[in-house]
This record gives sequence, C-alpha cells and structure tokens, in this order.
Amino acid sequence: MKDHYPLVIIGAGPAGLAAAVIAAEHGLDVALLDEQPAPGGQIYRAMESIPAERAELLGTEYQRGRKLVSALRDSSVDYFPDTQVWSLNHKREIGLLHDKTPRMITADQVLLAGGAMERPVPFPGWTLPGVMNAGAGQILFKAHGIVPSDGVVLAGSGPLLLLLAWQYLHAGVKMKAVLDLTPMHNHLRALPHLPRALLVHHYLAKGLVYKKDLKQAGSSTLHNVSDLRAEGNEGIASISYRHKGQQHSIETDLLLVHFGVIPHTHLARAAGCRHDWDRSQQCWRPQLDNWGNSSIDGILIAGDSARIGGARTAEHAGRLAAIQSLHALGLIHQRDRNRLAKKDRKWMREELHIRPFLDAFFHIPGKLLSVPDDDTIVCRCEEVTAGDIREAVADGHHDSNQIKFLTRCGMGPCQGRQCAESVAHIVAAAGGDDVALGGHYRGRPPVTPLTLGQLASLSPEEVE
Amino acid sequence: MTTDVLIIGGGLMGFSTALQLAMRGRRCVVLDKDSPGRHASGVNAGGLRTLNRHPAEIPLAVNAARMWQDIESLVDSDCDTLFPGQIRVAENAEDMQVLEERAAMIHALGFDHEEIIDRDELYKLVPALAPHCEGGLICRSDGYGRPFHALDAFRRKAYSIGVDYHASARVDAIEHKNDEWRVSTPKGEFRAPVLVNCAGAWAGRVAAALDEPVPVKPGAPMLMITERLPRFIEPVIGAAGRKLSFKQMQNGTLMIGGAHMAELNFEHQTSDMNWAKLAVSARSVMALFPQLENVRIVRTWAGIEAFMPDNLPVISRSSTSPNAYHAFGFSAHGFQLSPVVGKIMSQLILDGKSTLPVGAFSISRF
Repeated sequence: MKDHYPLVIIGAGPAGLAAAVIAAEHGLDVALLDEQPAPGGQIYRAMESIPAERAELLGTEYQRGRKLVSALRDSSVDYFPDTQVWSLNHKREIGLLHDKTPRMITADQVLLAGGAMERPVPFPGWTLPGVMNAGAGQILFKAHGIVPSDGVVLAGSGPLLLLLAWQYLHAGVKMKAVLDLTPMHNHLRALPHLPRALLVHHYLAKGLVYKKDLKQAGSSTLHNVSDLRAEGNEGIASISYRHKGQQHSIETDLLLVHFGVIPHTHLARAAGCRHDWDRSQQCWRPQLDNWGNSSIDGILIAGDSARIGGARTAEHAGRLAAIQSLHALGLIHQRDRNRLAKKDRKWMREELHIRPFLDAFFHIPGKLLSVPDDDTIVCRCEEVTAGDIREAVADGHHDSNQIKFLTRCGMGPCQGRQCAESVAHIVAAAGGDDVALGGHYRGRPPVTPLTLGQLASLSPEEVE
Repeated sequence: MTTDVLIIGGGLMGFSTALQLAMRGRRCVVLDKDSPGRHASGVNAGGLRTLNRHPAEIPLAVNAARMWQDIESLVDSDCDTLFPGQIRVAENAEDMQVLEERAAMIHALGFDHEEIIDRDELYKLVPALAPHCEGGLICRSDGYGRPFHALDAFRRKAYSIGVDYHASARVDAIEHKNDEWRVSTPKGEFRAPVLVNCAGAWAGRVAAALDEPVPVKPGAPMLMITERLPRFIEPVIGAAGRKLSFKQMQNGTLMIGGAHMAELNFEHQTSDMNWAKLAVSARSVMALFPQLENVRIVRTWAGIEAFMPDNLPVISRSSTSPNAYHAFGFSAHGFQLSPVVGKIMSQLILDGKSTLPVGAFSISRF
C-alpha cells in the first residue's frame, strides 16, 4: 500500500467496484479499500466462492455481480480486502487498519461507497438473543449457506423481507409466519407513484412473482400487522402481534426483522460532509451534486451510502463519480466527462423510476420509528430506554447531542449507529418538531474501534 | 428585556455566577450563542484536581474542593462526583526529585493537600501500575465528576431560583449607555446595569467590545474513551514526566487525556483529531499500563477551551468599563474551580471585593 493515491475508493460493493474499474481503465492509480475478505459488498457477497446451486437460489439479481467482481480481478486496481477505515477528515487523510496494522494514507480524491445498513427500529424485545436483522440472515445464507433449521418468523416492512422469504422458501426453510408491518394506507400513499414505477415494471413483476411463489407454497404473508413484540427471558421464546383486531402469538426461537435500509453515513460525517434529512426515505443523507461531489472538496459519495437506490443504481453512480474524479484530477476534459457519463446517467435515471413508489409503499409509520413503548431499549450499548430519552426531552433537551451527553445514549462502542435515528424520531415526536431539527450526533472518531496498542504503534516518531 | 445582571456564556462559569447572584437576590439573564455547556463545560475531562495547581490558584482550588465535597447542598445533585484521589506518578529518580521539590514548595506556602508517597504506598493504591515507578505526589481528596451532569445541575438549580437563560442568543453588539449595558442578540436586546463575560473561548470578542483586548486563544485538547472494563484502578493518574491524565470512570470506561491539541477550525467550531499526537497519549498509557494493549478506543473528541498565555484564568473586574466583569481563560483546568468562581464573581459584583485572593487573575496583567 502506498502512502498516497490520486483516488481512494472505500467499499467494494457495486458502486465501488464499478468506480474502481473505470478509473483504472483510464490509467489512474486507484486503491480500493474494503472491510470484507472478498469483493462484492453486501449485495454480491461471497460472489467468487459461492456454490453454483446457492447462487441459483439467490436469484438473477445476485448473479449480476459476477461481471463486476471479475472486472476488478482483471484490472490494475490496488485492492485491499480486510481493511477497516477508522478515520477520514476533510484533508482526505485516511486512517486505516490493514493486516492489523494502523496507518494513515492520503488521497487527492476519496470516493465513499460504503453502501447501506438496515434501519434499526427498536420494538419491545428487539434486543433479546434470537432477534436478528433479515440482512444478517441473508449474509449467513450467502456466505456460508446457513439457514434457520428450526423454523423462523420474518417480520417488518421492505423489499428485502419479501426477497428473503422467497429465498428461504426455495432453500426449504420452514417459515412459521411472514408478518408484513406495512400499513394498509401505504397503498394509497404509493399510488401516485405507480405510473412512473411501471416504466420499470420488471421490478414490480419480480415482486409479484415472489408473492405468488410464496402463496403457492402455502407460506402466506399476513399484512397490516402491528404491535410486534419479542418475548422471553434469556432469549426469544415467542413473538406476539396484532392482526385484524386480534392479538396473536407464535412460539419461535428466531425472529428476523427488516425495516428497510438507510445510507451508511459514518465516514462522511467523520469528514464533516453536510447531510440533510430525507423525508421520503426517512433517513439522513449527504448533500451531493449530480456527480456525487459532497460538500467537502475532493470527497465524493456514490451508491446506497449517497441515497438508497439499489445495486444497479449504485453501479451507475459509482461510474459517474469515478468519471468526475478523473476530470477533477485533470485526466479528462469536461467534454469527455460529460460524454462518458451519458449512458450511466440515462440508465440511472431509468433505474430510479421505481424509487418513489418503493419509498412510499414501504414508508415506515412514524409511530413505529418513535418507539412508543417507554421500556423499549433504544441504545443497546448503554441500555438507554425510549422512556429515558422522552424524559430528557421533557426536561428541555431538544437536541440529539444534549440527549447523548445526558443519557449516554449513543456513547457506546457502536457509536450511535443503532440509536441515532430513533433518538431523532423520539425528539421530533415528543417535541412536535421536524426530525431534521433535532440534529444528528456529532461524529466522534475512530469510526470503527481501534485498540490502544494499535494506536500506540501509529507513526512511532515522537511528536514534539 | 431588563434585568440586574447579564451574563454572556451559558457554561459552568456563567451558571455558577448566575446561581450565586440569584442566591443573593439578584435577577440574572444568561445568554448563550449555542446550547448550555456546548463547549468546554460539557465535554471536558471532569477532573476535580487541586494537585499540581499554580500557586496563585491553590487558595481557590482548595476552597472549590470543599464545595465539591458537598456539592449536593449547593445544586441538589452530587454531579456524579467521586473522590478517590489524584496521583502524579514518578517513573524515575529525576521525576521523584521534581515531585519532592513541588511538595516542599506547597508546604512552604502553608498548604498540606499534596503529599509525597513512596513506592510501596503507590503500588498499594494502584496495584495495576507497571512495576518501574518510584513513588508519587498525591492529593487524597481529589477526584472527578461528570461535566455535563454538573452543568445540568448548576443550570437547573439556577433556573429554580429565577435565573433566566436564552439559547441561540449570540451577542452581536454591546453598548454602554446611561449606566446600562445593552446587548443585542438574535433573541432581542437585553439590558442590565451589570455585565459579566463568561464566554470561554469566545471571551476575547466580548473583552474587545469593552476595549480591553486580551490574548485569549482557543484550543481543543483531545480526549479519548475506551470500552468498559472491570474496575482495576481507583485514583486519577498523571505522570511527572508525561502529558497524561488517566482515569477509570464510574461505568468502567477509561478516560485518557494528555493536553495534546486537535487541529481546530475555530470559525466552524470543528476540529480534526491529530492521530500522531493521540498515539503519543496511547504510548504513555502503554508505558504505565501495558496490560491495556488490546483495549478498544471507542471515541475521541476535542472540546473548545480558552487558553491564556500564562495558563491562568482571568477573574477580574473590567479595567476599562464600569460594572463589567470577566471570568474566562481557564486554560483546560476550570471545571474544578467553577463553584468557587461563581462565588468570587458574586462577591466582586455585590461586595466590591472577594474574600479569596484574585489579584493574579486581573485582566490588567496583559
């Protein structure tokens, strides 16, 4: 690894892979850093090692990743797997951990392509062992072929829930129930966006096929479910929910939940990039121009860490950002940049036709996001409950950071990844304000934990 | 609006001053450009240290220490204080000599809060310490608190006896007319016969508006926190030969400071960590506690503090304007002094003089 690169890309999912390959094709010395052991990101995880049969089960969208990954292998990109980035600042100094050794490198251009994370939505019992994110279930399946052996309940709202149910169906997993928490009135909310979504009807068709397959297999989904709870002492023993006015309960030792995905913004925040609250996607996202330039010179963001658009959109956005970097570095003329960008820009626009529909259809009810039950833990690291936070709001603290100081919510090892959004929603709901006004936790590096010994080994020459 | 005393700066010094004035029946308004304790007051390391103070600060620190021991009677909260002592460790004979000279000097001044301990006593108090140390200087009644909780307690108590506070009230202009201070802010104009400058790193701007420029400089000392560990150490540890402050907090996390500065952008109120310097702090910790090698750092930060060239605060009446007062520039060691500073300020304002010696902190020394 060199101390400096003209372009450093962080994240080897669809955006990062597409960007790295096109930048290298133009002769650029580019480093691609990724925390996973192999390229593909979450969506194309384990692409190079997966048995054909399992790849088949994961469907055609998954298999698209093969081309991207092999293009990386054929390229001159300096690719560093198993590399954690723990710091990034506005001077584009990157603190990373590679081979367990910390080091600082610099770049003229940094492209953040860290993808998305599942939206954490606290509900009663969500911290019990045996409650997991659907994404985690899918990772175990993709990377290791691990599926629940004693049956599973799937619950939540979002396309991934349906996809995972369909994948499990084909893998022969026993699903005790699939509980869709999407409220019925979201259909109305989504209706105005349907004509545009129909322009890319293959997505809708796919969803309908998944549904039909599930139904034919006898694994029907319950819709308009509410009041989800996980119950048990040491771990989950059962779940309960409301459906059609009735209270129900199911015994299970595994519940996989999903409430959509939100951008990974931690590195962008660490660098000081400005973010806005996106009402339709119900998340913070970085301020970007249409090339992916953030509010900080030389830092670009593409893919789901910019805005949730899915894997194909990420690929186009990654290429657009790389092309912009080539231009910013003086390697291509503005005219060539615009010409090179044409196709990706057109395809990306087409891909995005489906988004307003999906965003509206899978809009998470505000009541769920603002954690109505006072005893529910919001910050798992510091065990701070929704009631603790509401108490702080009632005491006059209307800012996420003050609530953090006061309650320690968000001060644990996860750095607020699990609770930042919930706190913002609780503050907004309790104070009657807009979510954006409560602000977001100020970033406190390292973005990923670093040991004292590792930090001590950084730049051994004495300072001062 | 009109009040008795206008205080600029809603940190600990501002609220402590407001609290003491309100306890003596004065109406106070605290103006803040951000939110309460947004900078130094909310995010400092929380040390309650009389150990190794500048001689001029000792009478204040000793007095403040007594107030902290019984802080609940003042603000209805213990501010999460603990008093396990603070120790400066000597790692070699040279360090030990420095500490012994220090102890002799303190005793000559007539104080007895700092005390030399030998090797045996040191390892009895801190068994986890690396074996090479020779002894130390201790103040057994020192300790630490949680700054934001303290700020919150002072603030609440002040509110409860009538202090008024305005957030997001950045001071745009200050005027003195007809024996009255007029301060304009986005939240309106505030008037009072008395003005107090507790604006921390921004205090230089207030002083300049009173035509008495002071060489106060903002700085952002870096701190880091580790994951929680089982309790293995009680006292706060410093070292005679290193820039280090090390303690295990109530919840088991380690707080590590060393007065290494982040790269501060004062205008934007942001700072970049200087990892090379934080690595020096990490190496200091490794030298004294090598067993912590695999402990994870979960957070670092740097709050904005006001530093004076001589590292002594300004606690003073204005040298240019009538009925104007200053308390700022605590140079990253003001937390412990905050209760007594409020008391001193109330005395300066209401009695014309303080019962404690504050001559060394005059604004006219610059």
